[in-house]
Amino acid sequence: MTGTRLAGTRLAGTRLAGTRLAGTRPRLLYPGPAGLIEHTARYGPPPSGLSRPQREALIAEVDRAGLTGRGGAGFPTARKLAAVAAAHSPAVVVANGTEGEPASIKDRVLMARSPHLVLDGAVVAAELTGAGRAVIVVHRDVREIMDEAAAERARAGLDRVRLEVRTAAGGFVAGQASAVVRWVERGVAAPTATPPRLAQRGLRGAPTLVQNVETLAHLALIARYGAAWFRSAGTPAEPGTMLVTVLGAVREPGVLEVGTGTPVGQLLELAGGASAPPQALLLGGYFGAWVDAAGAPGLPFSSAGLADLGAGPGAGLVAALPVGVCGLAETARVVRYLAGESAGQCGPCRFGLPAIAEQVEQLADRRSADPWLLWRWLGQVDGRGGCAHPDGAVRLVRSALRTFGAELERHAAGRCSGGPAGLLPVPSGSRR
Amino acid sequence: MTRPARLRVDFIACDGRGLCAEALPELITLDDWGFPVVSGQDVPPRLLADARATVRACPRLALGLDAGAGGHDRSA
Repeated sequence: MTGTRLAGTRLAGTRLAGTRLAGTRPRLLYPGPAGLIEHTARYGPPPSGLSRPQREALIAEVDRAGLTGRGGAGFPTARKLAAVAAAHSPAVVVANGTEGEPASIKDRVLMARSPHLVLDGAVVAAELTGAGRAVIVVHRDVREIMDEAAAERARAGLDRVRLEVRTAAGGFVAGQASAVVRWVERGVAAPTATPPRLAQRGLRGAPTLVQNVETLAHLALIARYGAAWFRSAGTPAEPGTMLVTVLGAVREPGVLEVGTGTPVGQLLELAGGASAPPQALLLGGYFGAWVDAAGAPGLPFSSAGLADLGAGPGAGLVAALPVGVCGLAETARVVRYLAGESAGQCGPCRFGLPAIAEQVEQLADRRSADPWLLWRWLGQVDGRGGCAHPDGAVRLVRSALRTFGAELERHAAGRCSGGPAGLLPVPSGSRR
Repeated sequence: MTRPARLRVDFIACDGRGLCAEALPELITLDDWGFPVVSGQDVPPRLLADARATVRACPRLALGLDAGAGGHDRSA
């Protein structure tokens, strides 16, 4: 299947490959930004004006569909919907299109191509939770597209729900659910403490549903076509399709829509195949894990398929590291970046991540490092933040130490398999 | 009978003053940067009163007691 290149949409510095789909027709992605008329012609009108029993029936349908969050955490969507719907005060919906993960572009590609599907999902979520308002927080690259789509709907008088489009904050932690809420509320993109849960007390104290934009797009389709249709793709345990950003040593890096559980090797093939023999793959994102390339092709890209390796699909990222490039150097760059992206609110993250980054850099640079100290600090930082930022960085480093054991030995002997490649994008000039 | 309880740190509020580790060394130590590492186990009944006092003593109100897992019966 040849990919269609995204026309008429500029995403800063990003070359977008076309939609390629494994084993099923594309559900979410249009070849280009779809206007409201084209969108409605393709999918039919979104369900609206639901009665209370219809709302309850639709939440049950979402539960049967088995939709889980596509932002990285993978929480069951129906449970979040039900929790916010059960609250006693007026709720609010926040669509999360922040996409703070530097290597991921799938949310932007989705919003650029199918803005109305995302807005449909936000409207459906608002109806299901009794919210009168949905705040659509989007990466600045797609702000204009989403503004235009929202304006088009307003002109058509389509929605009873008020849609407000906002530009997301930059920075890695800005996409964390409570950070998005705090950004909308007070212009500070840093996570807040739990409890309270956002479903109980979120935006200005209102019960708040925060959902990733891809999750909302799936929700919009489940509302139209039902659970059985949704489950016709993916695995029985993790149904549906998912968007995956493939980058690194592949011929056509870009975004794919695939059934959940598609083998990792097939994802690389769909991205044009390896452009150089792969050594290791980073799966899930910068919160994800390195896995050795030798065993990777047969692995299903799903939570169940990757759990044994300490990895997961996360935010839908696959990065191929070619042979001859130093995985330790690549990891050191990312960990230094993550250390700089700490919101700086929690001591273990604020002090621990720079200390860990320094040790990983020493390993990468073949300077004398102290592995005992590194392991000690990984243990001291893991699980000790207000959000999962430190946990994610620790997961990445531990997986690197597991996967790049041969490279560690080379470095100990004063050799290195390759210089820093700069394979993984690391934005310069972090916020702090 | 007292309900099982577990210590929890709000790391956003915590400033690493270290009072808690002084007051309750049985269950709280400090990491290499001076921030509390609390036991993930239920607070033993004999230390419950001390744990409550330590929670009250935190100048940042960053230490809390959550419902625990329920002694030996993990399914409770």
